Amino acid sequence: MRIVVTILAVAALASVPLWLRDPYLLNALITTGIFVIGAMSLNLLLGFTGQLSLGHIAFFGIGAYVSALTSLGFDAGLPGGFRLVHTPWPPVVGFVLAILAAGLCGYFVGLLSFRVRGAYFVIVTISFAEVVRLVALNWVELTQGPLALTNIPSIALPLPGFGELTLRTKMHNYYLVLVVALIAYLLIARLVRSHFGRAMRGLMENETLAVSVGIDVTRTLTIAAVISAAIAGAAGSLYAHYIRIIDPEVFAFINTVTMVIMVISGGKGSLAGPVVGGLIFGLLPVALRPVMAPEAQWIAYGGVLIAILFVLPRGIVPSLAQRFARRRGTTALAPVALTETGAKEPA
Amino acid sequence: MTARSVAMTIDQVAVRFGGLVAISDMSFTVGEGEIVSLIGPNGAGKTTAFNVMTGFLTPSAGHVTYQGTTLTGLKPHEIADLGLIRTFQRTSVFPNDTVYDNLLIGLHRQGRVRLLDAILGLPGARASERKLRQRASELIEWVGLERRAHDLAGSLSYGEQRLVGVALALAAEPSMLLLDEPVSGMNASETHRFVELIRSIRDRGITILLVEHDMPMVMTVSDRIVVLNYGRIIAEGTPDVIRNDPAVIEAYLGHGAARA
Ligand SMILES: Nc1ncnc2c1ncn2[C@@H]1O[C@H](COP(=O)(O)OP(=O)(O)O)[C@@H](O)[C@H]1O
Ligand SMILES: [Mg+2]
Repeated sequence: MRIVVTILAVAALASVPLWLRDPYLLNALITTGIFVIGAMSLNLLLGFTGQLSLGHIAFFGIGAYVSALTSLGFDAGLPGGFRLVHTPWPPVVGFVLAILAAGLCGYFVGLLSFRVRGAYFVIVTISFAEVVRLVALNWVELTQGPLALTNIPSIALPLPGFGELTLRTKMHNYYLVLVVALIAYLLIARLVRSHFGRAMRGLMENETLAVSVGIDVTRTLTIAAVISAAIAGAAGSLYAHYIRIIDPEVFAFINTVTMVIMVISGGKGSLAGPVVGGLIFGLLPVALRPVMAPEAQWIAYGGVLIAILFVLPRGIVPSLAQRFARRRGTTALAPVALTETGAKEPA
Repeated sequence: MTARSVAMTIDQVAVRFGGLVAISDMSFTVGEGEIVSLIGPNGAGKTTAFNVMTGFLTPSAGHVTYQGTTLTGLKPHEIADLGLIRTFQRTSVFPNDTVYDNLLIGLHRQGRVRLLDAILGLPGARASERKLRQRASELIEWVGLERRAHDLAGSLSYGEQRLVGVALALAAEPSMLLLDEPVSGMNASETHRFVELIRSIRDRGITILLVEHDMPMVMTVSDRIVVLNYGRIIAEGTPDVIRNDPAVIEAYLGHGAARA
């Protein structure tokens, strides 16, 4: 049943470039797809461990910059008269390095913040994003600062025996994003259904009990942060090579907020939630553009978000799934998750 | 007392919360395979002692040794890895998961496979998963909750949740089990069943330290009893010795408070 829905959804998404000829809409779908990948990575932390990364865009932006710089090359001065010189490498290498670099940052942020939980992680992630933004803004020799990195090459897929395929058209990029999104989705699905996913779930529901049966909090949360950050880095890399220009504005707080809205509206802790929420809030600007000034759009977003959560308090996917199950008389569905933290202190 | 090797040594442990002395100078040992009960009026420091033994609290003085390892400075999950597993006085389950999934989470220690193997669904990870599922079913059957296996743990009755708590602890494959008031909230027949359960746990070679207010139960099931009052050990011995100890009768039973 679930697998049929998934296959139909994928087939529908895959068919879009075959009948949608409007480049503006296709462009909106590609950037939305990239942000959906970011939202899925955020959901891995927020929905499955309960940790809110309010600087999540940092991992996305680091992926974008690492990938762009790898494929553009650079020559930047270091203190002490040294120079950091790099000649351009293919963008696919940049994509891989983006994933690794973002994952590594996720590791350090996790290590710094998961000894103590709660607001700590939120604060560390916000600060981290701000620090990275300032570096991107001020290390002009490396990043061009506010002048932006331009002419970032498109991703080229090596095809053994046929040379390579440069993904220049919108249709190419659409399929590239779709494939990466699918891989990210399957990865997260496997992860949360595994033994490791149960450890995350246990920690979120009742941390005291979870550690008492041998679950290592710091390790579990750090691994989740690494994977989440790495996926966000992959999304950032796709963004850089599609838009082909990147500046420090990518680190803007509002971009994190957008991802959080996508996750919450679609339903945190559900696999399809960020996809549904992401499509709605990614495409909403397209629908609103003819009728509203860009500044007013944020107010509309707020309105839409409140309306969704008013009707479907757990987010679209979990709330609809619950109603569906109730109608069919199934009861084995969780009541509102995430609110029950269990006993914090052993009594 | 028969000569058996010592599983756990509590050596001059003291716990202070600000000015309050919750435990002072506590020393006793638990032998391998023994059932020892720790009793005393409410607030005597029994749960605090459990928290020290399982790494949830650092003692102000003294230390605990389990099978030769000093537990000072170890985190709860590291102590669990030594096979020292506890249950909680307040009901403690994963409320939004089914009983079955609760046990799968509890089987964490048995299910460690490489993350990559799990993501790729490699045969090793699959086989491990099959074994966990079978083990979870066995444990559910063992505590008699088959009919509740697919209900959310949070929707179970109090007594049933306590059974889930014990099954969860057993899922972690303890070599020693610390039970904090396991039968509180259970009715007479549930309690009776539970005594049988404790005996069968011990018959598997698992050492048990029990905190319990139900005196008839403590007297039938224990090999030895340690009595605590105001954080201090006031008596220690077999059930017969404890029953007739004037200090115990005075401090504990004497106040007419079997449910103190
Ligand atoms: N975290 C804590 N902070 C302050 N006081 C505590 C804490 N935990 C327990 N106490 C106090 O320590 C004493 C012993 O409590 P406890 O170990 O729970 O007793 P018991 O389990 O024997 O009923 C009580 O006076 C209790 O109020
Ligand atoms: Mg207690």
